[in-house]
Amino acid sequence: MTAIVNEHIQPALPPPPVRRRWSGTRTTGWIALAAMIGLLGGLSLYLILAWDSELVAKYAPKYWKGLQITLGLVATSLVFGAAMSLPVAVGRLSPNRAVGALAYGYVYLFRGTPLLAQVFLVYYGAGEFRPELQSVGLWAFFRDPWNCAVFAFALNTAAYQAEILRGAIQSVAKGQWEAAEALGLTRLQAFRKIILPQALIVALRPYGNEIILMLKGSAIVAIITVLDLMGETRRAYSRSFDFQTYLWAAVVYLLMVETIRNIWERLEKRLTRHLRRDG
Amino acid sequence: MDEILALLSLSDTGWGDEIASGVGVTISLALATLPLGLLIGFFVALAKQSEEPTLRLAGNIYTTVFRGLPELLTLFLVYFGAQIGIRQLLLAMGSETTIEINSFLAGMVALGLVFSSFSSEVFLSAFRAIPRGQYEGGHAIGLSRFQTMRLIILPQLIRIALPGLSNLWMILLKDTALVSVIGLSDIIRQTGIAARVTKEAFLFFGVACLLYLALAILSSIAIGAINHWAARGDAPR
Repeated sequence: MTAIVNEHIQPALPPPPVRRRWSGTRTTGWIALAAMIGLLGGLSLYLILAWDSELVAKYAPKYWKGLQITLGLVATSLVFGAAMSLPVAVGRLSPNRAVGALAYGYVYLFRGTPLLAQVFLVYYGAGEFRPELQSVGLWAFFRDPWNCAVFAFALNTAAYQAEILRGAIQSVAKGQWEAAEALGLTRLQAFRKIILPQALIVALRPYGNEIILMLKGSAIVAIITVLDLMGETRRAYSRSFDFQTYLWAAVVYLLMVETIRNIWERLEKRLTRHLRRDG
Repeated sequence: MDEILALLSLSDTGWGDEIASGVGVTISLALATLPLGLLIGFFVALAKQSEEPTLRLAGNIYTTVFRGLPELLTLFLVYFGAQIGIRQLLLAMGSETTIEINSFLAGMVALGLVFSSFSSEVFLSAFRAIPRGQYEGGHAIGLSRFQTMRLIILPQLIRIALPGLSNLWMILLKDTALVSVIGLSDIIRQTGIAARVTKEAFLFFGVACLLYLALAILSSIAIGAINHWAARGDAPR
């Protein structure tokens, strides 16, 4: 039977292998990649060739200290910001017009102005109110640029985090509230057990972005003389006039951002595994 | 109150005129960076959605680097790096002259790099929102690839990308504050000088914040108008 069939109907030949032609796009691609690798490779080669053990021995411990200050600053600001974002988000969701407007004003103010201007306003502005601050015993706090930076950063990230939280809570369907009420849960129980877990999954990605934004934004504290990673870098450059000081800082920042991004991606994958349809 | 008005007046004793020139610098820097960032971002997005793996890889490396670096560090890398690079080049050619890099140009390039790496992501997701059939349709009616891109894809792409790009514009406007560090006389630098001279830091940095807010509000009005213009062909609801 098969023989007859094969005789009359030739079995289809396998498709000819597709030959990838050498096209203009391909040339552009190789040129672009070569340029990219040339630039990054050149910079890496420069870092290797310009390796100066004296310079490294002198500044590596300082960079390490600076890195710790950067991480401490970012973590502190994020935690305080998260705490302060709660009332702001509640205000944004409040049916009360005045409360809503107040919260909106706060968010607009801090999201509409540069972080640098806010830090300057706190740091230099506090110096102007020294007698008043001294009389209430707050001068010791505002005298330290690190504290001023945390203060400004926390207020700033609170505005951003409040918007993340508000958006996430509003993204949960209204029926979830109604179903919880139908089951006899109080509003607080409904919020804690039904709304918040769903909202936080929506908020996961923007929260990750906010952490990275804060980490990158924290570099500006170097301008108000905090010796974070950027501050140590600037100091090292102004003493050694060696450009590799900046390149090393770039390497460290890139590694940090990529690490956080990867951790966050895995976390998100793990936490949303019940929502995926495949596998 | 009168004292404050005197400090902010446009006269020789007031700081209003200096600050106004700072506003001009901030706006012109942001406006000069925008086309640069959009253009590079568009081509990087084209590379990232290409079928050619080398192009995709190059585009992804570009985005990863400039999205991950702090904006301030990018600015320093461009500013000092260009200075050192040009000096080395001149030395190699046997010239001893040192060249000061224009801080406006350095700011424009650094902010353009950052803006383009973010805008390429916006363009990329807009590209993905356009169905394949649009390209095939263009091909079927005999348009060249360039014509398909210009007449069919681009008008749709811009509409999809508009909200993301307006966000990036707001971020760019705020990021211009960083160039005050390399000596460009923008809002922050001018108000900073005024604050140091008059010892009225709170007032002047407060004014700086309000000016940025005003620019943000003006931008939202302009963006609203652009959105309205872009949606003029949509079916009425």
